Amino acid sequence: MSDSPVSSVKLAPAQTPPVSAGRQVTAGPHISGALSGKRIMLLVIAALAPAAVWSIVCLGVPAVIVYVSCIVSAVGTEFVWNAAYRRPQTIGDFSALLTGILLAMCMPPMTPWWICAVAGVVAIGLAKMVFGGLGFNLFNPALVGRAVALLSWLGVMGELKPYAGGWLGVVPDVAASGKFDAISGATRLAVAAADRAAAGAYGFDLSAQYNALLFRNVAGSLGEVSAALLIAGGLFLIVMRIVDWRIPLGYIGTVAALAWVWGSDPVFNVLAGGVVLGAFFMATDYVTSPITKKGRLVFGIGCGLFNIVTRFFGPMPETTTFAILFMNGLAPVIDRMFLPKPFGWTRPAKGAKAHA
Amino acid sequence: MAGGVFRGGIHPPDRKEGSAGSPIQRAPIPERLIVPMSQHLGAPCTPLVAKGDRVERGQVIGDVDAMISAPVHAPAAGEVVSVGLALTPSGTRCVCVTIATDPGQSGDTFVAIRPTDAGTASAARAAGLVGLGGAAFPAAVKLVPAKSTPVDTVILNGCECEPYLTCDHRVMLERPERVIAGALLIAEAVGATRVVVAVEDNKPDAIEALRAVARSVEVLAVATRYPQGAEKQLIFSVTGRVVPGGKLPATTGCLVHNVQTAAALADAVESGMPLIERVVTVSGAVARPGNFLVAIGTPVSVLIGLAGGLRDDAVRVIAGGPMTAQPLGDLEVPIVKGTSGIIALTAAEAAPIVDTDQPCIRCGRCVDACPMVLHPYAIANYADRRNWDGCERFYALDCIECGCCSYVCPTNRPLLQLIRTGKGALLTKGVRR
Repeated sequence: MSDSPVSSVKLAPAQTPPVSAGRQVTAGPHISGALSGKRIMLLVIAALAPAAVWSIVCLGVPAVIVYVSCIVSAVGTEFVWNAAYRRPQTIGDFSALLTGILLAMCMPPMTPWWICAVAGVVAIGLAKMVFGGLGFNLFNPALVGRAVALLSWLGVMGELKPYAGGWLGVVPDVAASGKFDAISGATRLAVAAADRAAAGAYGFDLSAQYNALLFRNVAGSLGEVSAALLIAGGLFLIVMRIVDWRIPLGYIGTVAALAWVWGSDPVFNVLAGGVVLGAFFMATDYVTSPITKKGRLVFGIGCGLFNIVTRFFGPMPETTTFAILFMNGLAPVIDRMFLPKPFGWTRPAKGAKAHA
Repeated sequence: MAGGVFRGGIHPPDRKEGSAGSPIQRAPIPERLIVPMSQHLGAPCTPLVAKGDRVERGQVIGDVDAMISAPVHAPAAGEVVSVGLALTPSGTRCVCVTIATDPGQSGDTFVAIRPTDAGTASAARAAGLVGLGGAAFPAAVKLVPAKSTPVDTVILNGCECEPYLTCDHRVMLERPERVIAGALLIAEAVGATRVVVAVEDNKPDAIEALRAVARSVEVLAVATRYPQGAEKQLIFSVTGRVVPGGKLPATTGCLVHNVQTAAALADAVESGMPLIERVVTVSGAVARPGNFLVAIGTPVSVLIGLAGGLRDDAVRVIAGGPMTAQPLGDLEVPIVKGTSGIIALTAAEAAPIVDTDQPCIRCGRCVDACPMVLHPYAIANYADRRNWDGCERFYALDCIECGCCSYVCPTNRPLLQLIRTGKGALLTKGVRR
């Protein structure tokens, strides 16, 4: 080698700034992992896609209207907000798209388009952008949008009808025949609650509902059409290490265990309503859930506890939205309880006055 | 008595195939050597030569009377053409002695260190030996253990866990008896009973070569995972001992040296060879990646030329492994004692340059990856807001700057850079752990 000529060094053409002497000078590390935030969002959307497509197949045009109005209003709100404040456009990170899809999946198929649009504006505008956009919101945007729509238009969204005298009259028929549809608003969960309140007078067989809940349930929100497809999507995200198994396991495990404790059918209580969608796709939202492993398990258990207690003892059977929103508020506190001990130390971090 | 695997860490693509199979080649001595007076942690040396002086290969040209320092020797015979400030790979300027070398040197003769028989530690000092893994801590300091912390285990670090780098691998493969001799010298100097060479299990040939000449030295295969070669993580992997927070690794009774350092120590003790050359990996987007035995002070551009020059798609050149290296803005800076590699990265390989402030989405990947079990996102957020108390409460000073957090961050937040800012501010304030 000692006789090899020392050739002159050829410099690469100048690249994007910052450059010095024709090349990049930037702080390390100089390599980075392949997983980008955008890719994470796309994987979550891919995991939701089978259930979403199936809901459109089962419910048709009304479902399309809900999806389109939720997505357009959510993404549009973020676009307009950024434009109005002259900020870099962020709709390309696909988080608003994901929020729109999730929002649609927690809407009943007969929801008017304008309620969906309001919910989308609230979700992105009020729950996300006012806090500073992606990463800074305390509450899950889609669930805030749904909560506002639900509480503003209770009658339209259907939740309180059995108690407001609406379709309560059809409960005996529906319970006996099992003919659920998307129009009456009589969800299996609501019928089960009415049956439970009437001490089993309607003879509603919970275990007979598994098949419908897993594969084709048109009485409920768009995200309740197929629990099986949602579970498959959720497991995909866990296998891909996009979501931490602790939150869904804590959530679903608690719902099943407490349903059993209170004498109801655990499987029915997991599959009916928004528990599956909430546990795999809503409660696992990075921004609004704890970052510590133990904290995530506690967070999941808390969601399940709140959900099942209010389902059995509250005024409405479907409380997934409020369970997760409540725990969202506690997430920073939970994180502070489980600060880790750094390698070599015997006491944890001294805690944060303000959450980081 | 292996300890197991440390928590966290990452598995970056190792990209060592370009240079791993390339035997060490002796690089010719270039026309001009730029020898910095500060190539180590600790006090810079004072130049002992002036412009116009003749120097012989191995002659001491800089020294200082400070405990934490290491003298500097002339890497080749020649004439001093200047003594003054020049740019170093760290991006700072320091006093450098520039030598116009005599043409046609063989590179076989050198001025041996004196004295040669005053013990291992003083030989390491006289040879200007520093840690060759990258940190460049003066080796002699570590060879005199404090009375309060006796050393029972010597660990030679042959992990080379950074992508691209293969210089330690080649030294273990081609000079295993030097590595083992160095290990035994260190063990003898500090009175250790257990001597371990820890090598990541992705280098079975190096493990085999070392075992063939190991004598009483244990050659241990450790898991391939970055940062396996970080001192605290390696001590845990080899012995199961945990360095207490805020304490030096020596408190565990373990002493860690790099394998190349050990080989250089053996050379210094047995033949009086000062540290005037080292093996450097040149890899990535260069025409002919390889491992070169290079005179200290050789300009980076000359070394890249030996590797066939940069490819057209090289956008970034760095000195060291890509997780911890300094970027080079100027390729006329010299190779120093701590330079383990010169890596050219393509746009596809290099971490993206992020122009705007990217949000933390609280995904927790940095928390999972941190081998020190810190909350990098929290420290970085506090540092971003100049909240140094927050940084301290989250143990910013325990950060070993391995870069795992930045590597895994899906939004490419400059986590390590922010944490360094926080650490710097805390150290300036005088905060100790």
